[in-house]
Amino acid sequence: MTAPARYPLRTRILHWLTAVLVFSMLLIGFAMVNSIGSYASLRAVHMSLGIIVLLIVVVRAANRFTHRVPTLPGTVGWLEHKVVIGSELLLYALLLAQPLVGWAMVSATGKPVVVFGSVSLPRIAPFDADLYFTLRQTHSLLAYTLVVVIAAHVSAVLLHTLTLRDRMLSRMAFANSATSERASVHSAIGEHSNAASNTGRHGRTRRHR
Amino acid sequence: MTQLSRRSVLLGIGAVGAFLAIDLGALAYANKWIGPGSLTRETFMDGFRTVFGLHPGFRRNHAKGVVVNGYFDSNGNGRELSKAALFTPGRTPVIGRFSLSGGNPMMADAPATARGLGLAFAFPDATQWRMALLNLPVFVDHSPQGFYDRLLASKTDPATGKPDPVAMSAFNKAHPESVAAMALIKQHPPTAGFADSTYSSLITFFFVNDEGVRTPVRWAFVPMQAAIPPLPGTTNSLFDALVRQMRSGPLRWRLLLTVGQPGDPIADATLVWPGDRRTVDAGVLTLTTIETEAPGNARDVNFDPLVLPDGIEPSDDPLLSARSAVYAASYRARTGEPKSPSAVQVDEVAP
Repeated sequence: MTAPARYPLRTRILHWLTAVLVFSMLLIGFAMVNSIGSYASLRAVHMSLGIIVLLIVVVRAANRFTHRVPTLPGTVGWLEHKVVIGSELLLYALLLAQPLVGWAMVSATGKPVVVFGSVSLPRIAPFDADLYFTLRQTHSLLAYTLVVVIAAHVSAVLLHTLTLRDRMLSRMAFANSATSERASVHSAIGEHSNAASNTGRHGRTRRHR
Repeated sequence: MTQLSRRSVLLGIGAVGAFLAIDLGALAYANKWIGPGSLTRETFMDGFRTVFGLHPGFRRNHAKGVVVNGYFDSNGNGRELSKAALFTPGRTPVIGRFSLSGGNPMMADAPATARGLGLAFAFPDATQWRMALLNLPVFVDHSPQGFYDRLLASKTDPATGKPDPVAMSAFNKAHPESVAAMALIKQHPPTAGFADSTYSSLITFFFVNDEGVRTPVRWAFVPMQAAIPPLPGTTNSLFDALVRQMRSGPLRWRLLLTVGQPGDPIADATLVWPGDRRTVDAGVLTLTTIETEAPGNARDVNFDPLVLPDGIEPSDDPLLSARSAVYAASYRARTGEPKSPSAVQVDEVAP
């Protein structure tokens, strides 16, 4: 069995950076609203990291169009393939919306939006208590949705990799990347290499049934 | 199709189970569903509800209030201590709210009830500075736990109309710092009204000037007028007197910054600083208009004491983060609740 195609290195770095940040953000977010003594400091960290997540997600979304996606293993059927596409889109949408909702929510309280200690961001929503409440509820709803979608994402990859043994995780992993790096570089620049031509629009292997 | 072995099925399910256990465990711990119990904002919200009942749409504490607007004229003296924009010579707009302590928005005014003044300078600009001040020389509690314990102990017994003496004496035994603070507060009886009260920060903040020097500072707005006496026997006696007085002209307070010395208590708002500490007269607060709480005015402002401009920094006083957290919980709750008219209706106050 040959090594599976991987995402380009920059994509893998962005992915794992997002993973660590978002996991931290969710924990900090849940902890800060239940903390009395650490609320103020956690809130400052949460807002600053939120802006970093927003920047990374924008870069990721742009980067997503710069390369083809490595082939999904043959174990992914057409229905699951639709789910894969949908959940990827959903994750992008959630990761983009959540920091924006947080930013708008602080804006709606009329408070200055200060991150990294002293960087003052513009307010992106008018001072409006009703709007604040809607955004505040949305921020919590999106947080719990992220928890569920990320749990499903991780569980699916673990089941594929460990139960179906289809090396699903390798597409996003760093270890032994030498062989597959070449393939994904080719696909990134759109050459008609074997790896690229073997890849469908959403990375699904074109298989003859 | 890959052949499934029992081993690989168990491995996959085991890994997913382990991941979900860690993931949901961390979620539960962060949310304090599991782990050591400690004070949360919900503890305070429940406490206010227990003691005062539920009053949808109103602040959980300092529920009764009225909105004011005006400006601050800086004389530039404050720049010695802080580079905050407010201290640049010139005028800064301010919105604010006078209030009485307690979670019942319809309670009758009483002279002994603590009077609050929330201010938001330069609202809603990036340089804004919010504060919530009291007409007390020191605060009653030095910790969030102390505040919570006193809140519960002060719950009125419906049979006697007074707090339960057993609960109160238990509180006093557990919180000598609050007993000492109460004794000090008794030496400073309240003035006639809102207009002649001194409103203090109580909590210490660090002022940072252009040279980067950090100085511990407490501040107070000192009244520049007497108060017209409240009419006895009316429910809103203090607020009505304030409304009538502001109809005849603006009210003024001088902002005095008190400069702390090494060794002065920084993180304990129940302790006074020695009386000989230097003060800096930074300018005059002028309140020109008074209005009923309404959508879009200071009713909808959370006077979070941690909304600070560049040049003002929080101290380690544990009350600061706690106030910020509990105010946020109160704000979130009340912004989602149906609103009803405030007790103080400015237009209905007799001349």
